[in-house]
This record gives sequence, structure tokens and C-alpha cells, in this order.
Amino acid sequence: MREAPIIDFDHFTFKYRQQQEPSLADICLKVYPGEKILITGPSGCGKSTLAHCMNGLIPGAFPGEISGKLIVDGVSPSEEGVFGMSKRVGTVLQDTDGQFIGLTVAEDLAFALENDAVPQEEMLRRVDDIAGVVSMRDFLHHAPTELSGGQKQRVSMGGVLVDNVKILLFDEPLANLDPATGKHTIELIDELCRTRNVTVVIIEHRLEDVLWRDVDRIVVMDDGRITADESPDVLLCSDILERTGVREPLYITALKEAGAVLKPEDHPQHMETMNVEPYREQVQSWYRSAAFPAKENHNPEVLSVEDLSFCYNPGEPVLEGIRFRVRRGEMISIVGKNGAGKSTLSSLICGFYQPSGGRILLDGQDISPLSIKERGEKIGLVMQSPNQMISKPMISEEVGLGLAVRGTDPEEITRRVNETLKICGLYPMRNWPVSALSFGQKKRVSIASILVMEPELLILDEPTAGQDFRHYTEIMEFLKKLNEEMGLTILMITHDMHLMLEYTDRAIVLADGHLIADDLPSKILTNEEISDKAYLKKTSLYDLSLRCGIDDPSGFAERFILQERAHRHSPETGTQHIGGKASAGDPESAAAPGKEA
Amino acid sequence: MDKKKFGIREVVAIGIGTALFVVLTEVQIPIGIPNTALQPRMAVLAFLSAVFGPIVGAVIGLLGHALGDALFYGSVWWSWVFPEAVVGAAIGAIAGRLKVREGGFGKSQIILFNCVQIVANAAAWIVVAPILDILVYAEPANKVFIQGAFAWLGDVLIIGILGTILLAAYSKIAGKSSSLKKED
Amino acid sequence: MARSRLLSYTEKNTPIHRLSGITKLVFFLLWCITSAMTYDTRVLLVMIAVSFILFAVSKTKWRQVGGVFKFILLMMIINVIAIFLLSPYQGCDIYGSRTVIAHLFAGHDLTREELFYLFNVVIKYFTVTPAIFIFMVTTNPSEFAASLNMAGIPYTIAYSVSIALRYIPDVQDDYRRIHNAQEARGIEMSGKAKLMDRIRHTSAIIFPLLFSTMERIDVVSNAMELRGFGKKKKRTWYAHKKLTGSDYAALIFTVVFCAAALFFTFYDGSRFYNPFAG
Ligand SMILES: Nc1ncnc2c1ncn2[C@@H]1O[C@H](COP(=O)(O)OP(=O)(O)OP(=O)(O)O)[C@@H](O)[C@H]1O
Ligand SMILES: Nc1ncnc2c1ncn2[C@@H]1O[C@H](COP(=O)(O)OP(=O)(O)OP(=O)(O)O)[C@@H](O)[C@H]1O
Ligand SMILES: [Mg+2]
Ligand SMILES: [Mg+2]
Repeated sequence: MREAPIIDFDHFTFKYRQQQEPSLADICLKVYPGEKILITGPSGCGKSTLAHCMNGLIPGAFPGEISGKLIVDGVSPSEEGVFGMSKRVGTVLQDTDGQFIGLTVAEDLAFALENDAVPQEEMLRRVDDIAGVVSMRDFLHHAPTELSGGQKQRVSMGGVLVDNVKILLFDEPLANLDPATGKHTIELIDELCRTRNVTVVIIEHRLEDVLWRDVDRIVVMDDGRITADESPDVLLCSDILERTGVREPLYITALKEAGAVLKPEDHPQHMETMNVEPYREQVQSWYRSAAFPAKENHNPEVLSVEDLSFCYNPGEPVLEGIRFRVRRGEMISIVGKNGAGKSTLSSLICGFYQPSGGRILLDGQDISPLSIKERGEKIGLVMQSPNQMISKPMISEEVGLGLAVRGTDPEEITRRVNETLKICGLYPMRNWPVSALSFGQKKRVSIASILVMEPELLILDEPTAGQDFRHYTEIMEFLKKLNEEMGLTILMITHDMHLMLEYTDRAIVLADGHLIADDLPSKILTNEEISDKAYLKKTSLYDLSLRCGIDDPSGFAERFILQERAHRHSPETGTQHIGGKASAGDPESAAAPGKEA
Repeated sequence: MDKKKFGIREVVAIGIGTALFVVLTEVQIPIGIPNTALQPRMAVLAFLSAVFGPIVGAVIGLLGHALGDALFYGSVWWSWVFPEAVVGAAIGAIAGRLKVREGGFGKSQIILFNCVQIVANAAAWIVVAPILDILVYAEPANKVFIQGAFAWLGDVLIIGILGTILLAAYSKIAGKSSSLKKED
Repeated sequence: MARSRLLSYTEKNTPIHRLSGITKLVFFLLWCITSAMTYDTRVLLVMIAVSFILFAVSKTKWRQVGGVFKFILLMMIINVIAIFLLSPYQGCDIYGSRTVIAHLFAGHDLTREELFYLFNVVIKYFTVTPAIFIFMVTTNPSEFAASLNMAGIPYTIAYSVSIALRYIPDVQDDYRRIHNAQEARGIEMSGKAKLMDRIRHTSAIIFPLLFSTMERIDVVSNAMELRGFGKKKKRTWYAHKKLTGSDYAALIFTVVFCAAALFFTFYDGSRFYNPFAG
């Protein structure tokens, strides 16, 4: 016996009015009360579209054609409308700034109640209650600019919880959060799911982070269809994720790398609780056989930062005594929790602000007398959001803009623009408007528009935020190529521990305005003290190696990364991700998922 | 979609549009005549009016100008606040015919837009503003008319150039271009 | 950049902070109207005195308003010079006499009437400025939106005021970021470029700013709709304050004061106070 599903998609198809092809095709999905499911899949596969169907934005705000049936909490969202659904489904959008509507935390929490014309006294009480639930009582009168990313996320959750909704819908809750804050967010979601008995649907690319707490099922989507709907243990043992282009948890990849064939009964869902006994031997022998060539860089220094200090407001230092050097051709990551001062550091290097102490040297020269524009000739900064950089409607114009304002001769511009577009894989689209591109492609346009000016040093702020694994790999491989072939020096600000581990030779860790480590990424991510202090997350490879009896976790991680890199460069594995639409080969993946009640 | 004329989008457009207008108060392009500068915020007002219609245009003009004056200059020149609303409302009134959202902002719409903005600005800065200045502040007539004429010229220029570029570019983006093909 | 110079609400506990937003708005508007109508020097001086007393009561610090104040002073000087250059005898026309103090240059004699008129123009501005300062730094924006709604303004419009105030800092940050990004790409914003180039360069900022604004409008309106904004005919407000005795007292004072001021100004048939009439 089992209860009736709370969300029930029955051969549901949806086509946006502007599109020729349906964006959701023949979706069959049942979610039962109290379940917690994770929806994943490559970018553009229809995850957000699916979410919009549940909260009524489709067809309320995005018109289109619907066929098939959808019942959410006993009603049909298309009939009930967005308002009706807002009592039942609480949606937490990816963009926490867009979602934060009130002037203060308290008002934002109260927003739904205000709209419902709840009397003020009751409102005060309920806001106070909910602020307790999401532990934001001390921040009730703070403005959004005074909150960290994780705190805003909490407010967004509180804002939808006040309505006593039955279903919580999270569209990429972890984007832009540092790993530790992401972990807290997942813990909070889990707690809400258990204590308030809500049904939770999470859409996310960062699988390993979501799996920090149990989920009941993982639904994999590809190209508008559901390609798998499985318990995590079963799914992680199959090759569906790899085929679809979704990143598996790192320890799973490592185990597979070592030649292990995973079995669901060993519960691979969590590294901590997984039964590793059957695989121990294999992992150890892999560790012994893997090569470990050391890589050293003796090039001259490009950038050196000496005792740099800075504060926005007097008496509140944001950076203090920062000191590091960068050699030509290095690829370095800058990591640390939200608000640690990473973006501020890049702004100082580019001259947007003047440091309150210390110096920055570029090629041995103090750059403090140089203007933003002069620094821009040597240092290229790619900001986090491409929307903040793109100022021309057409791609080739946008890429050529920097050259045009420098008065480069038009033929030369065309030549260099085309060359750069080819490198970035945008040449076939050179005459498209920027608006026709996906987020990842826009990001590449913004990188191209900097590269065309041939900087010596490239700084990227969060190059891969919100990108799926396939595009992530595309961008990173592209940067790696620039780094290797053109000797470009690259600094990357990131919250992505995988990125840091896989692509960078060195990591600089900032915490509370100080530089607390400057070392090999594998060493940093296996060092518990530094990880804790900087809100990083130690890699699951650490646990894996310890649990397999290898007491050199950083060496283990290092070997694994090298192997991964080698794989990516060999052609056979490079093309393996194509397709993935064929129905899952797993015989066990029958249609009826869910838990037994 | 059976949305009312004045829905949530319009409310938000007024709010965020006003914020944008206020922030741009400080951005001025000097043109060599003392005390007169081109105001890019006028192009933004024209843009938002042309996209969202007369109410949004008028309120952004009114609220944006009053708030911008108050926040940046600590004083509100009421006689120049109301004409701003006139410009917004007048351009907004032809929003339906400009078809910006539908991607139909072509040659004839550009001409219509510019005719309307020239007339609206004339009404605002050569008629309403100076008259209010004289009535309310008893300022000398020749001074206020000269001031008005410069303001008119500046706004016509910036809306005519920047406003038109913005609308044309946005229209190209908003209208779906389904003819995209990859080239070699 | 601009962030620091903007006037903004600062929480304090003074009698003026405790007043409802609507009371302050009524005061502010009546005060502006009265100051606009009257040119009676005595009334203007009394108004200035009252403004500065209120300014002191509100415990507004010079630091909060100093930057803006200097700017007004500059504008004021330019304005006064412009009036004098273009219309040196406006004062004589108004007061109907002409007492030359000194001859400056062709067609521009310095007269006592003109000086007095310009003095009036200046103090007229300074009657309003403290009121604006007080209004901006003592009014909680959300409470203000709530009280606008209570005063009969549709809540949709009242809410857009609150959205505007909520997003000004965000848009400012965006502006600064885009400005820096474009400058780093070599687009000079301040240089001595030709007019068309300057417009083009400014558009390199306006363009991304406007289009991200359009996107933000979509995101925010969806988020608001998802949380039920516009669902009902009425809406309550978290930040709403009920009108208290001091609100009524303040309102009565404002109305009586302004009525008296206007009566005093106009009872002799002219809005000007004429010390030259003899
Ligand atoms: N408003 C819209 N109008 C027309 N087509 C749309 C609209 N929104 C999305 N689409 C199309 O629907 C498809 C699915 O988009 P959706 O946003 O659901 O993807 P997603 O899986 O959430 O991707 P991401 O991980 O990048 O957020 C895409 O191909 C996109 O082009
Ligand atoms: N313009 C500003 N004015 C005042 N304080 C600021 C400003 N910009 C940033 N800060 C503060 O400086 C600190 C560092 O901010 P920064 O943006 O450099 O952090 P970050 O490491 O890039 O964080 P994230 O990972 O969230 O992007 C934060 O505490 C932030 O609140
Ligand atoms: Mg999405
Ligand atoms: Mg940052």
C-alpha cells in the first residue's frame, strides 16, 4: 500500500510557444509525499522547464502547448495558476538576489504573508518563528547587501516556508555558494524535509554535494526526456551519468578508474558509509601502479603581490598582508569562502581600487601608477557574469570592441577576431546575436573578447559557475589549451573544488582577509585544518584513500588527477559523451521507482 | 495569457526602472556648453516608456527625477520633475505602435519614435518647465527659456541617438530570430 | 564610487524618526508647496529657522549630508550667476524700483533690488533642503511604502517605490562593475574624445546595464508572482506603523503653519515682501 503521489506527471509534453520542438517530451514521473528527489542533467535539458510546470509559471508566465496530464497536490497547476500553486509549492530560485524582494530579511520573510493580507500581529509572530527555523533571527533587520550568499539562501528558503507549503522546489540551490555553505544548505534542506514533512525536489549539477545527505531518488534528464529514475545506489553503479554528461562524485570516478565494478548493495551513495572492502585491493594496486611525475615551473615571475592590504571602510580590513608570486605559464586557483576577498583581490590587481598598503608588481614593475586602462592592456579580467561585459548585440562586434577602441586597423581586427573566435569554437556563429547563445557560450564570448587583446595574464572570476559538466569541461579544456600552447598565465577564482584539483597547479587560499595557504591543490584539499578554516570541503578522495588503507591521501589525489587529465587528452574518451538518449541499458531500471511505504 | 495591462511586470519595471534612472543621474556627457550636458538617463527613460507604456514611463520620470534630485542634489526642482513625466507618458503612449518587444522596431517606427520624442521634449522643456519655473520660482523668463531650449536640444539629441540605438538593438534581440545557421 | 555620497536612511531613535512616513511626506509636500508659493522674505526666514531646528532634533550628522550640501551650494552659485547675467533687472521689475550700487559692465548694473531678489532665490532653496535631508535620512523606506498605501495610493504603486529603493544599491554596484570592466578593455570614459565617441562609450555601459535590468525585471516579477504578489485586492505590511498622537500633532502643526505662512504672504496681494516700497 502506498499513498497517492503528490506530483504526478503522466505522459506530459510541453512546447514553448517560441520553439519548434517540445522542451519536455512524454514525461512520466511520480513523486510521493515526503520524498526527496534530485533532478539532474545537462544544461538545456529541461530541468527548469519541469520545475516551472510544477509551480504554475508554465503556462502562467511562459505560454506554450501542453499535452498529457500533471497533478500537483491534487490540483492541476495550469488550472490553478501561479497564485493557487504558491500555497502548495514553494520555489527557491537559483538567483537569490532576484528572489530577495524585501528591503530587509524580516520583510522578505513576510512577503508572502503580506500578499495574503495576514494581520500584522500574526505576521510578526510567524516571521519570528520561521526566522528561527532557518536560524536568521539575529539578522532580521539586515539588508540583502549585508548578507553572505549562504544567508541569502536561508532567507529565500524561509520566505517560501512561511506559507506552510507541502512541496519545496529548489532550482540549483548551490550555484555560487562556497563548498561549506553548500553543505550547510543541504543539511538544512534535509532537516526541513524530515521535521516539517515536506516533499523536496532539488535540481542541481553538483551531484556529490547534494548527496552529502540522503536523497530517495535521482532523476536524470536529457534533451527533454527522463532517461533514468533510480535510487542513488543503483544509479551510481551504472554508467548513465557519464553517458549523459553529468559529473559523478569524484570517489566513484576514482573507484571506476581503478577498475572496480560497483554494486548497489555496497551503498556507494556516501563515501563515509560505503562498504569499500570489496574494492580495497584494486584501489591499492592502482595506486602503486599509477605514475607520478612531478611538474615544476622555473619561468620568470609575471605577477607578484607584496604585503597587499585593503579596506572598503576604514577600520574594517578586507585583505591584510597578502603576499604571493605567479610565474609565467602557471595556472593557479584562488579559493576561499564567500566574502573572503577573492573578487576584491582581482579588483585590486586590475586597478579598480587602490590598495591601502603593499605593492603589486607586474613583470617586476610596480603597477600602482598605471590606470585601469593601461593595466587592461596586460591583464585581462573576465567577470563572473558575462552579462556585465557584453555590450554589443552581435558576437563579432563584441569580440572586436576592445581592438576597435584602441584604433586597430579594421582588417587587422577582422583577422584577429576570426582567429580568436576559431580558438573559442565560436567561429561558425560569428554573425549571430549574442542573445541566441546559451550561458556557457556567452561566457566564452566574454573570454574571447579579452583574449583578442592578447593579455599576458588572464584572471577569471568563477569561470564555471552554473555550467554542466560537458560545458565545464569544454571551457576548462579550452583554457588549458591556451595555457599550454600560448603560455598564457591564468588565475582562476573558484568555489569548485574539482576544478581546482583537476586544472590548476597551485592554489591560493584566502580566509578572513589573510592568505592561509599557497600549495598544491591536492595537499590543500586533504588538509583538514585549512579546509575547515577556508570553508573548503576536503575531497572525497581523501576518505577513499584512507579507507582503502593508503596513508598518503594527497599523493593518491594527485595520481588520480594526473590520470584523469591524461584520459581527457586521449581521443577515445573525449567523444564518449555523445548521445546518451537511448533508454538506460540497465535491466533493473524499470518504470516504477519510489520507496515502499 | 490573459494578463491585465498593468500587471506585476509593470510594477517591477517601475521600481527597477526608477532605480536605474536614479543611478544614471550622475552619468552626464558634457557637450562643451557650460552647465548643460547630455543625460543618458533620458535615453533609458525613453527606452522603458517605449517598452512598457505610458504609466510606467510617467511614473519613472516623476519618481526617478524627484528621487534622483533628492538623493544626489538634496533638493527637488519640481518644475523640472513634471515635464519628465510628460516625456515618459508621451513616448509611452505610442508603445503599442513601436512593437519593440515583437521585434518590429524598423525604419518607420524609428521615424515615429523620433517625431514623438522631439514634440514631447519640446512640450516638456520649452513649454511646461519654463512656465512652471516662472510661476513657481519667479525666475526671469529669458533665463528659463534659454535653459529650456538647451535641455530640449540635449534630450532630443541623446534620445535620438542613444535611445534609438538601444531600442533597435533590444528589438533585434527580443524578436525571435529563427533564421540562425552555423557558417563555416 | 557614488555610493558614499547618496543620502540614505539611518536608523536612530528621535521623535522625528518615530513619526510615520506619511506624516513626514505630508509635511515635506506642504513645506515644498509653501516654499514654492511664497517669496516673502520673513516667511522664508522663519521656515529656514524651523527647518534647522527640525534638522537638529533629527540628530542628522553633517557627515551624512555634507557631500550633497556642497554640491547644492555649487549649483546655487551657478544658478545665481546665470540669473544675474541673463536678467540683471529682474529684481527691479519685481520690486518696482532701481537702486544702483555699482556699475559692472555693459547693461549690468548691480542693484539692491537684484541682490535682494537673488538672496530670496537662495534662501528659498535652503528652506527646502533641510526638509529633504530630514525626509531622506529619517524615513524607513518600507514603512514609507506601507504608509503611502494606507494614504490611499494603490499598493502596486506604493510597492514600486519600495522596489526602487531596494534596487538602487544593486544597480549602483552593477554600474560600477560594468564601468570597470569596460575601462579595463580600453574604453576611456572621461577622455577628450569627440561627442559621438563619448556617446558610443557611454552606451558601452548603458547597454549591458539596461539589458541586465530587463532580465532582472523578468526574474523579480516571476519571483514576486510565485510568492503571491497581486493576489488580493488588499495587502498588509510588515513595516506598517499606526499613526500616533505625535503624528496627529505634527500634521496639525504643519497644516496650520503652512496656512498661516501663505495667508501672511498673500494678504497684501503680492507674494513678494518689498522692503523698497518705503
Ligand atoms: N522562455 C523560453 N522560451 C523558449 N524556450 C525556452 C524558454 N526557456 C527555456 N527554453 C528552452 O527549453 C529548453 C530547456 O530549458 P531549461 O531552462 O528547462 O533547461 P535546464 O535544464 O534548466 O538548463 P540549465 O541547467 O542550464 O538551467 C532549452 O533548450 C531552452 O532553449
Ligand atoms: N563595494 C563594497 N563596499 C563595501 N564592502 C564591500 C564591497 N565589495 C565587497 N565588500 C565586502 O568585502 C568582503 C570581500 O568581498 P569579495 O567580493 O571580495 O568576496 P569574495 O571572496 O569574492 O566572495 P564570493 O565568493 O561570495 O564572490 C565582503 O565582506 C564584502 O561584504
Ligand atoms: Mg535551469
Ligand atoms: Mg566574488
